[in-house]
Amino acid sequence: MEKGKGMIRYIRKKCDFCGTCVAVCPHDAIELAENDLLILERCTVCKKCVYVCPLQALEVDDE
Amino acid sequence: MNNRYDVVVVGAGPAGSTSARFAAQSGASVLLLEKDREIGIPVRCAEGVGEKGLKTVVDIRPHWIKQKIVGVIFHSPSGKVVKVQSKEIGYVLDRKIFDYELAQIAAEQGAHVATKANVLGLLKKERVCGVVVDFLGERKEIAADIVIGADGIESRVGRWAGIKTHVALYDIETCAQVTAMNIPLESDYCHFFFGKEIAPGGYLWVFPKGNGLANVGLGISGEFSKTKPAIRYLEEFLSTHFPAVAVLTTVAGGVTCAPPLKTIVEDGLLLVGDAAHQTNPVSGGGIVNAMVAAKIAGRIAGQAIKENNVSKKRLMEYPRLWDDAEGKKLGIFYKLKKFIYDMTDNDLEKTADLLLGMPMEKRTLVNIFKSAVVKQPSLIIDILKVFT
Ligand SMILES: Cc1cc2nc3c(=O)[nH]c(=O)nc-3n(C[C@H](O)[C@H](O)[C@H](O)COP(=O)(O)OP(=O)(O)OC[C@H]3O[C@@H](n4cnc5c(N)ncnc54)[C@H](O)[C@@H]3O)c2cc1C
Repeated sequence: MEKGKGMIRYIRKKCDFCGTCVAVCPHDAIELAENDLLILERCTVCKKCVYVCPLQALEVDDE
Repeated sequence: MNNRYDVVVVGAGPAGSTSARFAAQSGASVLLLEKDREIGIPVRCAEGVGEKGLKTVVDIRPHWIKQKIVGVIFHSPSGKVVKVQSKEIGYVLDRKIFDYELAQIAAEQGAHVATKANVLGLLKKERVCGVVVDFLGERKEIAADIVIGADGIESRVGRWAGIKTHVALYDIETCAQVTAMNIPLESDYCHFFFGKEIAPGGYLWVFPKGNGLANVGLGISGEFSKTKPAIRYLEEFLSTHFPAVAVLTTVAGGVTCAPPLKTIVEDGLLLVGDAAHQTNPVSGGGIVNAMVAAKIAGRIAGQAIKENNVSKKRLMEYPRLWDDAEGKKLGIFYKLKKFIYDMTDNDLEKTADLLLGMPMEKRTLVNIFKSAVVKQPSLIIDILKVFT
């Protein structure tokens, strides 16, 4: 699997834990709890989650 | 909470509680698991339902209803207003109470319920045989003959069973909604606003909840939210259209407006509701569909337990009955969605003009859709299939 540059990061204060990102993740790489979100290691940084987040609570951290 | 149940249901939304209720009613031992602290909260929903459909799955309690709806009002991109009286009664519900009481009804039938119970995975031998759950911070394994995945838009249960359930950007509506006071619109109508500036690849809704309160929200297609997220569209609409509103709650959410999932059962596993992409791809409405599917799924699960046969072959009766009830129609709605998606603002204006030229009694759902598809008359047959 091709891996994109960087890492996906979620911004806790912006996130509403709605799960829209989970619905589009092709790799089942997002784990949601009531007030928590975890990006799993198998993430390929395809950025679909970043694109669909209604609140722009996800971003690519590419340092 | 025991260590073993006949049926474990993941997620206590309308789909989960309704499947738990009917499985328990058929005599199965049932556990309903909800990750959140409270059932019914937060409400990520505009809360609109049709009376006719809802009545088929539950006895409607008056205190679930916030506002009775007699019709819809469409607002074109340029501001033309098309009023449509509906023959069918609609309701805007109070889902906080509705969802909570659906779980209560399941419990009355004997289902066990646990909150703060986040399911993390499936137990598998030759087939699915239970779940792993984080319950109040502790990891537990619970054995089950059948697992029902009713875990909503964020569903992972299907994926854990090997079913591809993720949706394309084109097929997801990314949504933001406020519940707000002082909305200056007729309060016994549901309002829909269309236009590329307002909600590209989707629409904006105003669903009144009585006493000046309303759910105002929008969904845009995932293809359009890359550069500007749903919440920005909503903020812009509110500041231009209703600058005087007082916002009481803001939520985000997603709706799948996708083709029907091909696989919704495996050995020992059923998917229902949003987890099975059972929302209507045109309207995004999913409450009643979820419950209709869940009633079937719960019953079939209960029967399969009695017969001691939880094979995929046995459970396939659920998708067959669901397809006959609503499932097949959703495929047709998906075709219509694709057409509507491509309509330009100019097309929308023309549709509004056609409808405005019609006397009120002619403005039925069938005629509204017929006016929308004038450019592709072959779709009229599909419209007749789903609305008659
Ligand atoms: C903004 C918006 C507006 C909408 N407006 C309408 C409308 O007006 N009318 C309409 O009919 N539909 C509407 N819908 C769609 C409707 O909300 C859904 O179709 C409906 O809630 C589906 O019910 P469900 O039980 O399948 O899922 P949900 O109601 O989402 O319930 C799923 C439950 O599962 C829980 N869960 C998830 N994962 C786990 C896990 N791993 N372990 C334990 N629990 C878990 C969740 O916390 C949740 O409580 C709207 C949706 C959105 C986002």
